[in-house]
Amino acid sequence: MSFIEAKNLVHEYIMRDDEGNVEGVQVALDDMDLNVEKGQFIAVLGHNGSGKSTFAKHLNALLVPSEGTLFVDGMDTRDESKTFDIRQKAGMVFQNPDNQIIASVVQEDVGFGPENIGVESDEIWTRVENSLKAVGMWKYREHSPNKLSGGQKQRVAIAGVMAMEPECIVLDEPTAMLDPDGRKEVLEAIHKLNKEKGVTIILITHYMEEVVDADYVYVMDQGKVVMEGTPTGVFSQVETLKEYRLDVPQITLLAYELKQQGVPLRDGILTREEFVQEMDRICR
Amino acid sequence: MSLILDNVSYVYSQGNAYEKKALDGINLKIEDGEFIGIIGHTGSGKSTLIQHLNGLLKATDGKIYFDGEDIYDKDYELRDLRMQVGMVFQYPEHQLFDETVFKDVCFGPRNQGLPEKDVQLRGYEALKNVGLNEKYFDVSPFELSGGQKRRAAIAGVIAMKPRVLILDEPTAGLDPRGKDEILDMIAANHQRYGNTVILVSHSMEDVAKYVDRIIVMDDGKIKYDDEPREVFKYYKELEKIGLAAPQVTYLMNDLRENGYPVSTDVTTVDEAKSAILKLFKIQT
Repeated sequence: MSFIEAKNLVHEYIMRDDEGNVEGVQVALDDMDLNVEKGQFIAVLGHNGSGKSTFAKHLNALLVPSEGTLFVDGMDTRDESKTFDIRQKAGMVFQNPDNQIIASVVQEDVGFGPENIGVESDEIWTRVENSLKAVGMWKYREHSPNKLSGGQKQRVAIAGVMAMEPECIVLDEPTAMLDPDGRKEVLEAIHKLNKEKGVTIILITHYMEEVVDADYVYVMDQGKVVMEGTPTGVFSQVETLKEYRLDVPQITLLAYELKQQGVPLRDGILTREEFVQEMDRICR
Repeated sequence: MSLILDNVSYVYSQGNAYEKKALDGINLKIEDGEFIGIIGHTGSGKSTLIQHLNGLLKATDGKIYFDGEDIYDKDYELRDLRMQVGMVFQYPEHQLFDETVFKDVCFGPRNQGLPEKDVQLRGYEALKNVGLNEKYFDVSPFELSGGQKRRAAIAGVIAMKPRVLILDEPTAGLDPRGKDEILDMIAANHQRYGNTVILVSHSMEDVAKYVDRIIVMDDGKIKYDDEPREVFKYYKELEKIGLAAPQVTYLMNDLRENGYPVSTDVTTVDEAKSAILKLFKIQT
């Protein structure tokens, strides 16, 4: 069994009027299948309202399936006795860092989670140190979070999740509110956690450039997985992505348009390096 | 008609321990009908700058002239300035408040004291211009999707027909298609009415694609002020202040370094495409 395994997963939001009668049902996840192996870096793409965030909330049992099943490390998320364990397996990071930081000093914010679950004091400090070092925020440990930049705040939020020692971190558009520098900082931090600590990463995003280095990409539309594959495979299908209100990285788009004009470049070029290599291949 | 900033400085919390110079001797002339992009990392002074343009912040030093009139003159009506310089803040949908989309959009023009018939015409026209379907006019703004809410909120400002329209990251958090739709709509309105548009953005690719002139802010000062191709020639300097050039600009520089005789003052996919196609006609 995979580390995370969604099978025929359905989620319905039920809308009720003032008296509690059902007014309507909105299907946010519609028969979704998805697998994640331990240690993978997975990206989930999809337009606003495609069901990405609903799916994210299932991964740590903030929501439970209306139909179908979701297993996290072999535990069924519908099993309430397992909820606590599941939440320790999969930590969540959300879009707005300001909504996730609670303490007035960086290191206290990071220590809040482990303290809350009764970790020994010495152990808390070890975890705080390791987590802050892992995201490159150790030297800010005695700062006030208010005075940090967006990218720094978001890295503190990630450290707070790391201090809980989850095996998997789910990030729901963690860079949507950040400037280019902040986006880079956060992306570098999560890639480092994935490579050096072996943390499984599920990155939900709109930014196509952030997906290029993922191991595997899922594209969602109307609550279903409509495309999946390696970044190269998925980004080879420019027209299909556009139908799903998505885009491709600028370099990929350029290569695609040149190919349509008769330049024999291969499909799915993702980076500048690949582009230059392809030019060398066809010109020299 | 023009907006002139003459040696404008702004100091936050003047006189106490948190004193910070957010604008430092800004000289700027904005002509009628320009499409301007403002870029700069978080904390560079972008937002402080635009809040001066409609008098939300008052310069601690220096003068601002709108249509040749000193806006800090004691006889000057700031209300008039605000009617002519419209501001769309970040996440403007948080400011939607009325019962229906149509009422919400009419709030601005009604406040301007226009006759009721004109108010409704303005509301209708603005909603049409942002591409919101008539079936949404009478629903609560809170029932709209994220992208639709954003459009409705922008329509509320457009309905006041400001001669200068300022937008602070109008596409933050939208999916790629939603982002293109909003920017295309702003550009089309600019074409149609010839209004001045000032776009604050974190996306170098968007700025390069749409605007005629870029103002780069750094540490409260204007670092560069020129057309996109000129500004992005300084990509190495831009990186030092937390910015970057569009990806295609980097690609053209890479190609050039690898011996391909391509022009490097390229800032959009279309320009890159024609530069590379030119190369193939020469070589094949």
